[in-house]
Amino acid sequence: MHVRPIILLVISVISFDLWASPQIQHWTLANGARAYFVQSHQLPMVQFSVGFDAGSARDPDSLRGLARFVSAMLEEGVSGLNGTEIATQFETVGAEFSSGNGRDMSVLELRSLSDEPLLSSAVDVFTRVIQQPTFPAAAMARVRNRILTGLKRQQQSPGSVVSRAFYDNLFKDHPYANPPSGEPQDVTRITRDDLIDFHGKYFVGANAVIAMVGDLNAGQARRWADAIVGQLPPGVIPPKLDVVPLLPNQARVLNVPFASTQTHLMMGQVGMKQSDPDYFPLYIGNYTLGGGGLVSRLSKELREKRGLTYSANSYFIPMQQNGPFVINLQTRNDQGPLAERLAIETVTEFVKNGPTQKELDAAKKSITGSFPLRFDSNAKIAGSLLNIAFYDLPLDYMSTFPDKINAVTLQQVRETFQRRIFPHRLLRVVLGGG
Amino acid sequence: MSDYDSNFTRFTSLRFMVVCILACLLAACTTQKTQQANPSSVYQKVLDNGLKVLVKPDRRAPVVVSQIWYKVGGSYEPAGQTGISHVLEHMMFKGTENLGPNEFSRIIAEHGGRDNAFTGRDYTAYFQTLEKSKLEIALELESDRMRNLLLEPQEFEKEIEVVKEERRSRTDDRPQALAYEQFMSSAYTLANYRNPIVGWPEDLDSMKVEDLRAWYDGFYAPNNATLVVVGDVDPTLAFDLAERYFGSIPRREILATPNPVEPPQEKSRRVQVEAAAKVPYLLLGYHAPVVSSLEQRDGWMPYALEIAAYILDGGKSARLSSRLVQKQIAASISVSYDPFARNPTLFVISGNPAPGTTLQQLETAIREQIYEMQNELVTEQELDRVKTQIIASKVYEADSSFYQGMRLGILETNGLPWQLSEKIHEKLRSITAEQVREAVSRHLLDENMTVALLQPQMEDEG
Repeated sequence: MHVRPIILLVISVISFDLWASPQIQHWTLANGARAYFVQSHQLPMVQFSVGFDAGSARDPDSLRGLARFVSAMLEEGVSGLNGTEIATQFETVGAEFSSGNGRDMSVLELRSLSDEPLLSSAVDVFTRVIQQPTFPAAAMARVRNRILTGLKRQQQSPGSVVSRAFYDNLFKDHPYANPPSGEPQDVTRITRDDLIDFHGKYFVGANAVIAMVGDLNAGQARRWADAIVGQLPPGVIPPKLDVVPLLPNQARVLNVPFASTQTHLMMGQVGMKQSDPDYFPLYIGNYTLGGGGLVSRLSKELREKRGLTYSANSYFIPMQQNGPFVINLQTRNDQGPLAERLAIETVTEFVKNGPTQKELDAAKKSITGSFPLRFDSNAKIAGSLLNIAFYDLPLDYMSTFPDKINAVTLQQVRETFQRRIFPHRLLRVVLGGG
Repeated sequence: MSDYDSNFTRFTSLRFMVVCILACLLAACTTQKTQQANPSSVYQKVLDNGLKVLVKPDRRAPVVVSQIWYKVGGSYEPAGQTGISHVLEHMMFKGTENLGPNEFSRIIAEHGGRDNAFTGRDYTAYFQTLEKSKLEIALELESDRMRNLLLEPQEFEKEIEVVKEERRSRTDDRPQALAYEQFMSSAYTLANYRNPIVGWPEDLDSMKVEDLRAWYDGFYAPNNATLVVVGDVDPTLAFDLAERYFGSIPRREILATPNPVEPPQEKSRRVQVEAAAKVPYLLLGYHAPVVSSLEQRDGWMPYALEIAAYILDGGKSARLSSRLVQKQIAASISVSYDPFARNPTLFVISGNPAPGTTLQQLETAIREQIYEMQNELVTEQELDRVKTQIIASKVYEADSSFYQGMRLGILETNGLPWQLSEKIHEKLRSITAEQVREAVSRHLLDENMTVALLQPQMEDEG
């Protein structure tokens, strides 16, 4: 199936009289875990998302991949059950379990029917996976091999290779340089004690959030939250990650030779964080520059006017600290230099002059107009809720979002981009060459 | 864009496509087509010009998805014209008599909508998701490009290059995608499924804008399309809007292209794929029937094969994972089978061997699993697990209006009645262990098998 590129939007909300954003209930458990709940009875299903500040940014220096290894091992054993038996307990009641990690967060998710006793059975094993994993040594060898195979497969993907080089060179010594899937030489040396230590340190109440969406009442949600994360030891909140250092004073260009038909260009700089005071001007400005799918300036210049690429876009990834600002494109090797020059010209012009009033109005209309689309399924509500929970955003974050978008002025976008984005100092990673 | 990613998410895309077949089964068993607001009802109207309109109200959010499905795709394309349906899909965004290039996307975006399109083997589909009061905008724009597409040469010259870049990104620089392409063109000798949807590079090089005009005139007509609307919408209103915007578009004669029947395979086939891979990869496929290809009495067969797919790959407790992955024979493995394709298809098992295991060992292990299913009944416990998963996936997929629409659209477009979407669940649940064994014994046979092996060229140890 061939799908054209999906519009890259971080978030999209509106002021809309007839439609209120979901009502969030929030409370804190005795051990410090924070719970968030949105009730929705239309379908007989429940989704739980449990997040810990335990992403790859928490990997020790020489153990890059530890967060991923822990995440993969949680479902490999609890007392009395091996990995297959855990999977059987989920799957015989039709529940779906998954776990994974990014740079900031490790996440465990459970989707289950809300009927009893199916739900109780699924939650029972979900709880044990989170609270009492046994990390069996026999499973470790297999999981390690699977992770190493995955890392090797990344080496045959130009997109993965360019992304690793980009993060590595952008964040340097900051833990955001750690790849969420790990480094082979480190994965090779991770021990069972490392898994146990990491789990013991980070999978604690003070460091946990739980987001629940679905066919529960408030009392049931409180009981499930208590069961799933309430019995974790309180622990302590890990220290905040270091501030990401600012840019060096000159552009850096890194060429990565790769046997591909296309050149992959990934360029950018340190961007913004979730709680950034400049969040809204940067977000709305980026819609015009490269976030708005086929109607963005980058797409117009490279794809629509010249047919140079299937996809040219830009995005911010706001994280606990400043995440990256990225411009991304792929083109036939011989067109690489031309595409790179056009992309730089486009971002330079945008930072210099900002969007036009017409572009800003269109961006506001699009972002606010798509507000209801953000909450049209339990799955989407759960995603938003986990984000609010993990980054400790205000409970009215969703409902005030449209007003904040609408309040952004042309002057503000231009001023903010000029203060934050430096087109002549971008890191440029160029992969390809055939 | 999120910082979160996962290597370990279950129910990845291959199975998901199968699972989403169950998307529209929400409370399906008792569907009464009365005017009462039954949330699971599908309402149908066929306009005088042949356009079939299906409306499924889903009022959980004030959002509406509209999708238009054309009966054209990779499997309609003759040799020399592969990829033409997909290129035309791209050109559908490049302007009409009334709108400039990309105006379509700009208007939808300004109204807070999402729009996109996709081309499959058996269909080309266009969709918009909008706040519910804006359905009319989508239908007006979509009806415009059903009839008034410009297909300007200068736009084509650029867009064909975009498509070639898409092919490089999706296939040429992805060893496993290249392996899949060669696997398909070996498994099929005659049927059009042997060609990639994106097209062979030589066909893209020789494609002319006049070819696209003929393709457009041959397939883009109301009597070759299904309009599906799912969301917070009143069926009467949706029918009125469909009539207003599509009603005046005349019927056309639809182009008939050859749809060659694949001759029975008599010996297994093997293909070695050369590509710049780091990890070995295996594809193993058997020719398999689909619902539309069988007589009534054998109608259960594709459902039994679908259950077999679940037995093998319905999660980590299923056989391939609990046996081959647990025992470090496979690092990853999955099954794909689409019982609702237009033409007979393949039951495919693909995966990477675990370090220390060869492709040959992985192949042997997979075939042993198939032999076991030919000879022994699956257990009651396994069948129960699969049937519970089917009930659950029905509920989970009802969480997405888009997939509910997709299921209706695919069935109609592939020559199956949309009403089938309400029966799939029961048909799957009625399958017995004996039927699974019979289906596997009849179709998943060595002589009916194609194997593609992707072996890294300069592989270091491990």
